[in-house]
Amino acid sequence: MADPVIQLRGVSVRFGRQQVLRGIDLAIDPHQTVCVIGESGCGKTVLLKLLVGLLKPTAGEVLFEGRGVADLGESELTKMRLRVGFLFQQAALFDSLTVYENVAFGLRAKGGVSDTDIRSRVRDRLAEVGLTEAAEQKMPAELSGGMRKRVGLARALALDPDVMLYDEPTTGLDPIMTDVINELILRTRTRRPVTSIIVTHELRTVHKVADRVVMLEPVVRLKPDEPQVLYDGPPDGLATHADPRVHEFVEGDATRRLGAEE
Amino acid sequence: MPTASPPARPKPPDPDVLPVGGPLAVALVGLGDWTLFSVRALTGLVRRSFSASEWLRVAVDIGVNSLTVVVITGLFIGMVLAVQTYNQFHTVGLETSLGAVIHLSVVRELGPVLSSVMLAGRVGGAMAAELATMRVSEQIDALACLGVDPVKYLVAPRFLACLLMIPFLTVFADVAGLVGCTLICLHVYGIDPHHYWEHSRNYVGVWDVFVGVAKSFVLGGVMCLISCHRGFHSRAGAAGVGRAATQAFVFAFVAIIVLDFVLSMFANSVHDLVWPDAKTKVI
Repeated sequence: MADPVIQLRGVSVRFGRQQVLRGIDLAIDPHQTVCVIGESGCGKTVLLKLLVGLLKPTAGEVLFEGRGVADLGESELTKMRLRVGFLFQQAALFDSLTVYENVAFGLRAKGGVSDTDIRSRVRDRLAEVGLTEAAEQKMPAELSGGMRKRVGLARALALDPDVMLYDEPTTGLDPIMTDVINELILRTRTRRPVTSIIVTHELRTVHKVADRVVMLEPVVRLKPDEPQVLYDGPPDGLATHADPRVHEFVEGDATRRLGAEE
Repeated sequence: MPTASPPARPKPPDPDVLPVGGPLAVALVGLGDWTLFSVRALTGLVRRSFSASEWLRVAVDIGVNSLTVVVITGLFIGMVLAVQTYNQFHTVGLETSLGAVIHLSVVRELGPVLSSVMLAGRVGGAMAAELATMRVSEQIDALACLGVDPVKYLVAPRFLACLLMIPFLTVFADVAGLVGCTLICLHVYGIDPHHYWEHSRNYVGVWDVFVGVAKSFVLGGVMCLISCHRGFHSRAGAAGVGRAATQAFVFAFVAIIVLDFVLSMFANSVHDLVWPDAKTKVI
């Protein structure tokens, strides 16, 4: 079996007095599609940002292809990041740039790519996410939520990443657009050998795209010696898992929680 | 283009390392963080890690769009100074020296301070709010993920634009102040123009203009770095962005006034050193 692309070893993150992640151990194999699910505030986005060095763990280490992300020098960290595509929750498009400039941004920053190649690569990626040339000169403020996500995806794919990180790619979208984004995630995986980590609340996304599901519980709800990962396995096993908290999340059932609060 | 993580929020002071508690420790940590941030922005300037169009956009905003407000303020400051000082000088028969005193004040102090403060209010707050919005909407994280150092890419062009534009604004503020003062002195109070200009020429020299413009470089640069630093360290939400913009102006304003004092003392010392016999000229 190939070595894991990404590994987390005993990773904990604390912001001031607030513990967000506690002793997370996780290994993600090449070409796997992993969905990270859990309640709001359980540290899913923090976990994603740790992987590209946007945040640093308070304890433990994050490894990319066996090398500690914290130990990477400036240029090595850049090289690593250029191999990772990140679709942000609100797409994080650059306000002052057009759609075309947004998608071309990474290629221009990387350098060594001619304008002709950039143009053809940008058009390919926009076509891949279902956008035509008419969208190229639009500003991000003129785009709908779904279009923003698609442009964000095109921008992340422009550098042909080996790893794709999706931060709640379908949150706030209508059911049709949610399915479009799910389909794009699947197509991305089919077109290139990419390892994907998807942070989401949507169980439709989980069942449609995931090979593996990792469920986290907020640290504040855990007993002192309890692991934060409640479930780690195939999507089909979620419904039949013994832990009632997993079942409650899957069913969207807060009866026990509300009863305890009363 | 090598990059690093976007600068993290400064850590709270460690009591074991820094045995000083409270606001002083927080201020020291903030100052240290700002210094590292500034050095990183300067590195971006040397390596030119930003686009020319971004620099031009900021330069136009700072230079062209601030010109009117700086000129109007300078004009009225010069007029107010003339109105406030005329009676005292007239009582002792020295009204023809008004030009020398006011022109010197405008060229050495009010010009650079006024243009820096106006810039802190008009541009500094906007820069902080823009960067804070980029921080909150994860655009700064997105830059880092695309292999670009956000500090070098975003702060360096703003810093360069401030450095290049503020001396021009200072000169315009100086001229407007002199025009305002002259209008009041010559056309309202009827001071003799010959003696008015003669005194001005004797007291205001190239050194004074140089000191004023040199100060504006420092004040404008520091104002820009403070504003950008506040924007980068904005807290989440609309309240966080608003707080960053307010802090940018308040911190920059205090820094401008304090630095102006330090630079004035320094300039006078240098003057004394270079021209030891001309002490009486330095006001």
